[in-house]
Order: sequence, then structure tokens, then C-alpha cells
Amino acid sequence: MSLTLLQTALELGLISSLTVLALFLSYNMLNVCDLSTDGCFTLGASVGAVTAIAGHPWLSLPAAMLAGMISGLVTALLQTRMGINSLLAGIIVNTGLYSVNIAVMGNTALLNLNRIETVFTKAKAALEGSFLSGQYKLVIAVIAVAAVVLFLALFLRTRLGLAIRATGNNPDMVRSSSINPVFTTTVGLCVANSVTALSGCLLAQSQKSVNVDIGSGMVTVALASLLIGDVFTGRGSITLRIFGAVLGAFVFRLVYTVALRLDMPAFMLKLVSSVIVAAAIGGPYLKQQLPLIRRRLAKFGREG
Amino acid sequence: MLRISNISITFNPGTVNAKKVMDDFSFEVARGQFVTIIGANGAGKSTLFNVIAGSVISDSGSIVLDGEDITLTPEYKRSRHIGRLFQDPMRGSAPGMSVEENLALSAGRGGWLSRVSKADRRDFRERLALLDLGLEDRMKQPVGLLSGGQRQALTLMMATFNPPKLLLLDEHTAALDPATAEKVLALTTRIVEEGSLTCLMITHNMQSALALGNRTVMMDRGGIIFDTAGKERAGLTVEDLLVRFRNASGRDLSSDRMLLT
Repeated sequence: MSLTLLQTALELGLISSLTVLALFLSYNMLNVCDLSTDGCFTLGASVGAVTAIAGHPWLSLPAAMLAGMISGLVTALLQTRMGINSLLAGIIVNTGLYSVNIAVMGNTALLNLNRIETVFTKAKAALEGSFLSGQYKLVIAVIAVAAVVLFLALFLRTRLGLAIRATGNNPDMVRSSSINPVFTTTVGLCVANSVTALSGCLLAQSQKSVNVDIGSGMVTVALASLLIGDVFTGRGSITLRIFGAVLGAFVFRLVYTVALRLDMPAFMLKLVSSVIVAAAIGGPYLKQQLPLIRRRLAKFGREG
Repeated sequence: MLRISNISITFNPGTVNAKKVMDDFSFEVARGQFVTIIGANGAGKSTLFNVIAGSVISDSGSIVLDGEDITLTPEYKRSRHIGRLFQDPMRGSAPGMSVEENLALSAGRGGWLSRVSKADRRDFRERLALLDLGLEDRMKQPVGLLSGGQRQALTLMMATFNPPKLLLLDEHTAALDPATAEKVLALTTRIVEEGSLTCLMITHNMQSALALGNRTVMMDRGGIIFDTAGKERAGLTVEDLLVRFRNASGRDLSSDRMLLT
């Protein structure tokens, strides 16, 4: 495999690992499968793109994160204040976001960022002539991921972080403790969704275009990466598991890139991630059921 | 300390399954009292705890804790003043988090963004050592690795870390093996005595209902049928309790899953 391919895999892996980190918080820590992830990813991409087009490339990052936070707030309010099942709350928000995203982009489903100043063109200009000039995308991606990893590693050890983890780990305990699960769920989803939006914002600017489907299937792709990461570090400390999430995203990208080289068509990405998620979650269950299945088969064999 | 006045609760009101579990129920507990509560299944013991802790809000009546009306206060706010243990030892701590992290949550020190300090760690260590279960050397281990008895002892410590105004123990040793149950019970008595805590304890063990605490209450069909303290209580035996139950309710208690010894 050529170095360019590896570099692209690394860049894309890092940018999408932000979404994986977001799911690490919502799915692994808070135990909420946030199905608004796809829409929120696109929201970050469109808000970021529109802000960059308006001439504020750096502002696009906080703008996208703020938009993601609001989206997370809505998802959280639906499930904590209005009694809507958490999966359904995510689906409702995701559907609504489709319209919101097209509205944000100005009644179009596609925005072109080719001649627009983005954080990447800014970085390219800043690194001009230095030894990193070819790696400007990588530099931005590494900084973003490092910032989020550091934030999560610190945040999940604060009192608030511990309360969020307890909310996902033992809801029974939290219900009869002085932790308000409404508050912890809301904060957790707001933080997670702001990171998802950041991920979308960076991807859009790195590929210099946004279309309204940019986030479609993101939740499954990110879950697949997360579960791959769990294979390496699932039993380790929180910090190790955070690194595992990033590693998982990179491994997923790498496998995908290799598969593309072996003439797998690009449209297979989503099927592959679906299979990985189904196998990673369903596998342990089947393994547990295996003795029973064997006994049933044996009985069937004797009697049949 | 705790005054419950004229509480009524109906489950599933307005449906065919409507069930009046408490009707005009009143109950008072003085500061420093350790009340043991006995009664058959469905007597309303756990409902009483639910309504005190806030997991069930009563349809009418009022609950006053230490002068503050908490009738409509949400459960998590009451929890700052009310510690609660359940029968299931898995219920009181987060298995995926370490002993230290669980303790940090119950200690609730500092602001939302504060982290466990060295002083906290030293404090946790000293307190854990008092449990005499070797947990002080396992502070970094996930709670999920502890045994049921260890987890219940830890939960007890978490519930009383900041001395609560009221401690509710809902058969908290019933799921443990006899030796461990005894140990946790001894620990309970010690913690309650040292902190002069006001405590309500539901138990199915008639012996410990009389041996522990300084007041015993017997419940049946959502009401109190027998309430004893002081000298009268000191002279009671398990047999006396059974006779009193039969006289008051017209049924035999021994048919239930009550432990008589």
C-alpha cells in the first residue's frame, strides 16, 4: 500500500474517530444508543460549511459544536422530560434534522467548498515551507482528536463525569442517589453531539463539499469502530479505552482502505460496518447460547 | 425527625387494577430512633419506604423530614438527606466503576468539575479499613469484582458517607449468606450508633427485629397494627410477636416467608 493511501486512511480515520469518541461517551458511558448521530454529523458539516462560506473558517468549528450541542439537548429533552424512548427520540431528531440541514445550507442539498477558505486551507498556508506542509490535514485532525481525547480523559474523572458514567452503568443506583439522571443524561448527550458535529464539520471541510447525506450511516460506522476498539482495550482503564476508540476508528479505516485496494466497491462500506456491528454485539450472545444449541441439535439427532 | 401525616396511595387509579395500598396512614419517628419494621408480604413496608424516599409520590397527605416538607420533592433531592439500601446488593453501586470512584460519587465533594484528590483518597482508605474487608487495598478495582456482602457493606458506607438525616434499610441483608449477613448487620449497628442516625429497617428476621434498634413496628395491609418501644419491647419474645400479629390481623404470620429464629 502506498504512503498516500495510508495517510488518507489516517486522516479520515482520525476525523471519523471524533464521532467514535462521541459514541464512546453516549453509547459506552451513558448507555444510550444515540440514533440522531447521522443527522447531527450532517448538521455539524452544514453549519461549519455555511460559517466558512460566510468567511469565518475558524469560527466554523465552535459554530458546528454549538449546533451539535443544541441537537443533543433536544434529543435529551425528548427522552428525559417527555418520556420518549431513547432510540425513538434519536430517530425523531434525526428525521427533523434532515429538513434543518437543508434549510441551513440554504434550500440546497449540496454545498461546494472548493474556493472557500477552510480550517484546512488556513493550516496549509500557515505550514507553508515547513516540513509538515504536506501533512496539513493530518495536523488539524491530530490536534482536534488530541484535544477531544484529553478533554474526555479529564472530564470522565470529574464528579460530573463519574455521575454520567454511573447513570449508564447502574440506573437503579442513580435513581435512588442524589444524582439527577435528567441532568447527567442531558450533559452527556450535549457533549457527545457537539463532538459528533465537530467531526462532521472537519470531514466536510477536508473533502471540500457537503451534501445532505454526508452523515448517513455514520452511527453504524462509528459503532463498528468503537466495537473494534473495545477488542483491544475494552478491559482497560477509561483513558486506555478512549485511546482504543481512536485506534478502532483507524483500524476500521485501514481495513476498508485495504478492501478497496482489493477491488471491493466503495458502496460496500456501510454493509461491512453493519456486519461488524451485528457480529460484535450478536457474537458473544451466540457464543453463550452455543452449548444449548449443541444439546438441542444432539437431541434432534438422537430422536430424528 | 420524620412525620408522615394522612398519606393515601392508590396504584393504577381509575383502572380495573386500582389498588389502595395506603389509606390515611400516619407515622412518626423521633430523632435518633432505630425502628425495625416487620410484616407479611404486601403489608406496605416497601411502599412506605418508596413514599419516604420519593420513588412513589403519595396522592394526598404530607411528609415532613427535619422540619422540611418533602411531600413533592423529587427523589434525587431527597437523597441528599436520606440514605437507602435495598435487598439486592447489586443495586447500590456501579459495577463498572472502581471502589474509589463509587465512593467519590457518594462523598460528593467539591464542584461538578472537581476530581478525586489525594486527601480524598486517604480518607476513603481510612474509612474502608474500618469495614475490615480488605477493600482499602482494592480501591482501583471495579466494584463488579466484589462479592455480594462486600458490595452491600460498601453501599452501606456510601449511603452513610455524609451522615443522612434518615437511613432506610430494606431487608439489606436478606440476599446474603448467614455469616456475611451477620457481619453486615453488625456493621450497620455500629455505623448507626456511632453516627446516632435515625434509621428505619425492614426485616423478615423476627429475632433481629427485636434485638436491633429501640422500637419495633408491625405492618399489615397498609397500616400499623402494632408499635412497641422501651420496657414493653424489651420483654417481648418472637412468640409474643406472632401472637400479637394473629390477634391484630386474624391471620397466622408463620405461613409467610418470615424467619422465626
